[in-house]
Amino acid sequence: MMLEVTGVETFYGNIQALRGVDVAIQQGEIVTLIGANGAGKSTLLMTICGDPRAARGRISFEGRDITRLPTYEIVRLGIAQSPEGRRIFPRMTVLENLQIGSTVASEDHFDEGVARVFKLFPLLQERRNQRGGTLSGGEQQMLAIARALMSRPRLLLLDEPSLGLAPRLVSQIFDVIKEINESEGVTIFLVEQNAYHALRLAHRAYVMANGNILMSGTGQELLNNDEIRAAYLEGGARKTDVGQAGDA
Amino acid sequence: MLGTFEYFVDQTINGLTLGSIYALIAIGYTLVYGIIGMINFAHGEIFMIGAFHALIAFLVLGLIGITWIPLAILIVLIATMVLTSIYGWTLERVAYRPLRGSPRLAALITAIGMSIFLQNYVQLLQGARNKPMQQLFSGGIELMREGDYVVTLSYLQIFIFLLTITLMTVLTLIIHRTSLGRSQRACEQDRGMAALLGVNVDRTISLTFVMGAALAAVAGLIFLMNYGVIDFYIGFLAGIKAFTAAVLGGIGSVPGAMLGGFLIGLIEAYWSGYFTVEYKDVAAFSILVLVLIFRPTGLLGSPDIEKV
Ligand SMILES: Nc1ncnc2c1ncn2[C@@H]1O[C@H](COP(=O)(O)OP(=O)(O)OP(=O)(O)O)[C@@H](O)[C@H]1O
Ligand SMILES: [Mg+2]
Repeated sequence: MMLEVTGVETFYGNIQALRGVDVAIQQGEIVTLIGANGAGKSTLLMTICGDPRAARGRISFEGRDITRLPTYEIVRLGIAQSPEGRRIFPRMTVLENLQIGSTVASEDHFDEGVARVFKLFPLLQERRNQRGGTLSGGEQQMLAIARALMSRPRLLLLDEPSLGLAPRLVSQIFDVIKEINESEGVTIFLVEQNAYHALRLAHRAYVMANGNILMSGTGQELLNNDEIRAAYLEGGARKTDVGQAGDA
Repeated sequence: MLGTFEYFVDQTINGLTLGSIYALIAIGYTLVYGIIGMINFAHGEIFMIGAFHALIAFLVLGLIGITWIPLAILIVLIATMVLTSIYGWTLERVAYRPLRGSPRLAALITAIGMSIFLQNYVQLLQGARNKPMQQLFSGGIELMREGDYVVTLSYLQIFIFLLTITLMTVLTLIIHRTSLGRSQRACEQDRGMAALLGVNVDRTISLTFVMGAALAAVAGLIFLMNYGVIDFYIGFLAGIKAFTAAVLGGIGSVPGAMLGGFLIGLIEAYWSGYFTVEYKDVAAFSILVLVLIFRPTGLLGSPDIEKV
């Protein structure tokens, strides 16, 4: 297994956000995580990167225990994240954002890395000297993904990359994710509200509710699952808590 | 004499000399505030410790017989910056880092505590008496004269301006052109995100304290050379003035700290030159209050333009 999350519990003060999560991801996979608002998806991605830190359980990456490593060391091992809310550095240019993204990569490959992300997102090239804070939402989203790629990660964590994008951009982002995975072999762990798209793209998927993993299977299995369809795929019902759907 | 242009130029030179000291200290306040959002009230003491390091270094060099002044100054400059940086680094490591993430008040009180501690520490080690030092170089360039009144730019002042401007240039280049500077700016804008991209945030913060302390050390050296006398208490007032300068320029803004430092120096020089030496401290603070009423973010500071 490339990434193994075992029995992880995470707290924000007294609030428990993860209640014993088990997730395993294999090299080369695209794995999707879906779940209602507040289920703990973003917390799981952030916990993998050590911020916040897991209070209990174990996270290992390529056989190495990373549960207690400082965040920047975890990144150094080959995990990158495009986090919830994009978190572009607003007063730095597009190019500077990319430079920060390449902190753990060797400087010699910077030009190569930039050329690669500009090929994936040609729009960013036009905007290279514009400040991050003045980019549109979609452009910021592209920059967030591009920036994460600059460290040449082997595992890429993406938190709602399609949020707030026009439909055409959404499919463009999903195409890029697929391309990164297929032609460059980057393993992808994807959190999405856009469950239909995500499940079709993913090799496997997990469903999360109330800080627990509720279900897992191949993307196709979950697409065909009635509970999942009811909770996430049919007309606007995706905010329903899947736990309630299961009880029904 | 009082109304002449020559007198004005003279006061301006004095103001810029004083301003160099304030500006170099103010940069430390602004760098630290920018990156961890706290006012390092012990920073004035770091400046004072820098002055003592410079004095001790001069004495040691005198003892071992290095008397060629350019070499002596170079050695003292480097030694002072290095030794004082160790204090800045330790201060952050020991006193502030454990409190990161706790309420601001805790950090503030700790900083004031460290300030008092460092003052007493130096007083114990060095005694409370004034420490004089002989003047290293005299003479200067005559700029203009009006009757008996001669305006000179001393060699010492030329040295001070060149040193200050060089350091400010180097600092600006570090912030804008190096990966350390980029990491600092990234930490300032979103520390968690910087870490998520592989930036070693703790190291970046440590280096920021080191940079601030090194510049304050140079201010201490300049103070020592310019006034020829120091004591354990000089960090208090200089620290408050430099802090005022940082706020005046816009706390968090490095060019603001530079500008604010020179402005406070000039205000003080003009006030003492044209009105009275008394209340010169009040003058600087009054200007600060006025500026903040009309520009709460300081002269060069700007409210964050964040687009979410
Ligand atoms: N910084 C925080 N402090 C306190 N509670 C938090 C914090 N961040 C998240 N939480 C809580 O933890 C729980 C999980 O939040 P999380 O952001 O992981 O959910 P999510 O599945 O990503 O939701 P969404 O789909 O809305 O992004 C929520 O109940 C949330 O209120
Ligand atoms: Mg989320």
